[in-house]
Amino acid sequence: MAIATRAARLRTSSTGEPLRPDANGSPRERLTALAFIAPALLGFAVFYFWPTLRGFYFSFTEYDVFNAPVWVGLDNYRAVLEDAVFWNSMKVTVLYVVINIGTQTVLALLLAVLLHRLTRSVLVRSVIVLPYLISNVVVALVFYWMLDAQIGIANQFLGWLGVDPVAFFGDQNWAIPTIALVNTWRHLGYTALLLFAGMLMIPGTVYEAGRVDGASEWQMFWRITLPLLRPVLALVLVITVIGSFQAFDTVAVTTSGGPAEASNVIQYYIFDLAFQRYQFGYASAVSVVLFLILTIVAFFQLRLMRADQSDMA
Amino acid sequence: MAATATPLETDQRIESSRPPQQGRRSLGRVLAWTALGLIMAVTLFPFYWMLRTAFSNGAFLATEPSNLLPVEPTMGAFERVFGLASTQEAQAQAGSGAAVNIGRYLLNSIVVATCITAGQVLFGALAAYAFARLRWPGRDAVFFLFLTALMVPPIFTQLPNFLLMRDLGLLNSYAAIVLPFFFMTPFAIFFLRQFFLGIPNEVEESARLDGAGPLRRFFSIILPMASGPLITLAILQYVQAWGEYFWPLLVGSEENVRVLTVGLGIFRAQTPQGSPDWAGLMAATLLAALPVLVLFAVFSRRIVDSIGFSGIK
Repeated sequence: MAIATRAARLRTSSTGEPLRPDANGSPRERLTALAFIAPALLGFAVFYFWPTLRGFYFSFTEYDVFNAPVWVGLDNYRAVLEDAVFWNSMKVTVLYVVINIGTQTVLALLLAVLLHRLTRSVLVRSVIVLPYLISNVVVALVFYWMLDAQIGIANQFLGWLGVDPVAFFGDQNWAIPTIALVNTWRHLGYTALLLFAGMLMIPGTVYEAGRVDGASEWQMFWRITLPLLRPVLALVLVITVIGSFQAFDTVAVTTSGGPAEASNVIQYYIFDLAFQRYQFGYASAVSVVLFLILTIVAFFQLRLMRADQSDMA
Repeated sequence: MAATATPLETDQRIESSRPPQQGRRSLGRVLAWTALGLIMAVTLFPFYWMLRTAFSNGAFLATEPSNLLPVEPTMGAFERVFGLASTQEAQAQAGSGAAVNIGRYLLNSIVVATCITAGQVLFGALAAYAFARLRWPGRDAVFFLFLTALMVPPIFTQLPNFLLMRDLGLLNSYAAIVLPFFFMTPFAIFFLRQFFLGIPNEVEESARLDGAGPLRRFFSIILPMASGPLITLAILQYVQAWGEYFWPLLVGSEENVRVLTVGLGIFRAQTPQGSPDWAGLMAATLLAALPVLVLFAVFSRRIVDSIGFSGIK
């Protein structure tokens, strides 16, 4: 999404219309604009802006959903700091993000390079993006079946290799890696296509020059593709990391945060607090913390990877 | 979530950067194709396994867990999830005998996804036109405000939105599931604004000189030109709405408005004789994935080409 944001800003300054002398338009044009924007503005005000303000407000209250909220100042935030379940959730979430983003990014880079250097087939690209179009719930259920501890096909396969069966979703140590890898499977093709689109913007002449100089594919990847892809890679990472921090569906459908809170990711914890324990104020405080974390993570990623600067002169 | 370019741009980039065509079949290329083939196989296998299980007799799945073909092939699982099988028939094939009523969930999903898509495309197009091609005071400030909506994690707004729906007495209605997505999604506005910005001013200018107001220019000139992007957007938003789980789970868990994703989650939690009705579950997931698979089969090129970037330098 950040990609789109940047793109829009660039467009406004280049092909937008603000340079015209009558930048505010005729009265008729203004009236039309107001009418055109009205439904979106209504949606924004009611379902984005107002609930954001309310969310901040609730985070300073004790609110059980049935009685009116009671102002408690910073109590919820103090409680968050001392909440062992919250810290466990953070640990679990970070572990999830590291496994998910780590495997997904490396594999997607590999897949994008394969596509870029081998083929432009629409069929191949269609096949690899297919999992992304299927809903999280369906994907979670199919893997829940394939990875069943007793009769899942994955354990049959492990059996042929002489490995003992694994309770992928039922074992404390396996639950998070399993969920992370299931989501890697779902997002791999989509991420690869984003990177592939970035690679298409690298001029073919650079590779021809590389080949003339006798560079191998391996050298060309490290010396040409990766450096020139960096801005795109940075933005893709920001998008995927933010998405990964908000994992919920797979957890809710398969493990419900278990076993023994081993897969109680932060989003699931917030859901649990708000809708199963009716601690709406506290749940709001935890989501403010999540919001802050995401903002900080995005900021540092963009800074560290210098996403706004390209090596392509 | 998707960053996008118009299909045209992607096609042009693809044309200008063909992959290297080497006459010789080097070992590297064979290995690369093998890796690509392997990734595609891993991508497709779960779909096959869904199919294989859905057409199996649930009672025999445990006895032949590694049979790669359907076990005792039958349509029983489909009859079961549509509520066409008697309790005895269902239990004979390891079903729970409880009513699943997937037909109703399918209908609910179709109603919800269609409404959301229609609203987003219509209101998104109106707003995008106002942002891209009309002049009015505060235009860029409002656009920036809309973009900030992308930064707020959905769960943050969904807690207060749930309370809003409850206070309006809309819980467990189609309206509750549809409304927050109906009027505006930043992505739709963004996607169409990009396209509208790319249309040369001359196109509208001649109509303007002929005395056509903004309303007529929008409906008779701009919209017909944008039919391609509008269709692409509609498909992307439909797929997204179809897979949504968290929000419908909060506000629409009752049978009469329950959408497929929520219904599947509940189905999975019904476990007769200690183990889920795998064949029935896979038949249901197959039905849930089917509309998306059909859309994809028809529009795969459009979808694949819409994944990419524009405006990144």
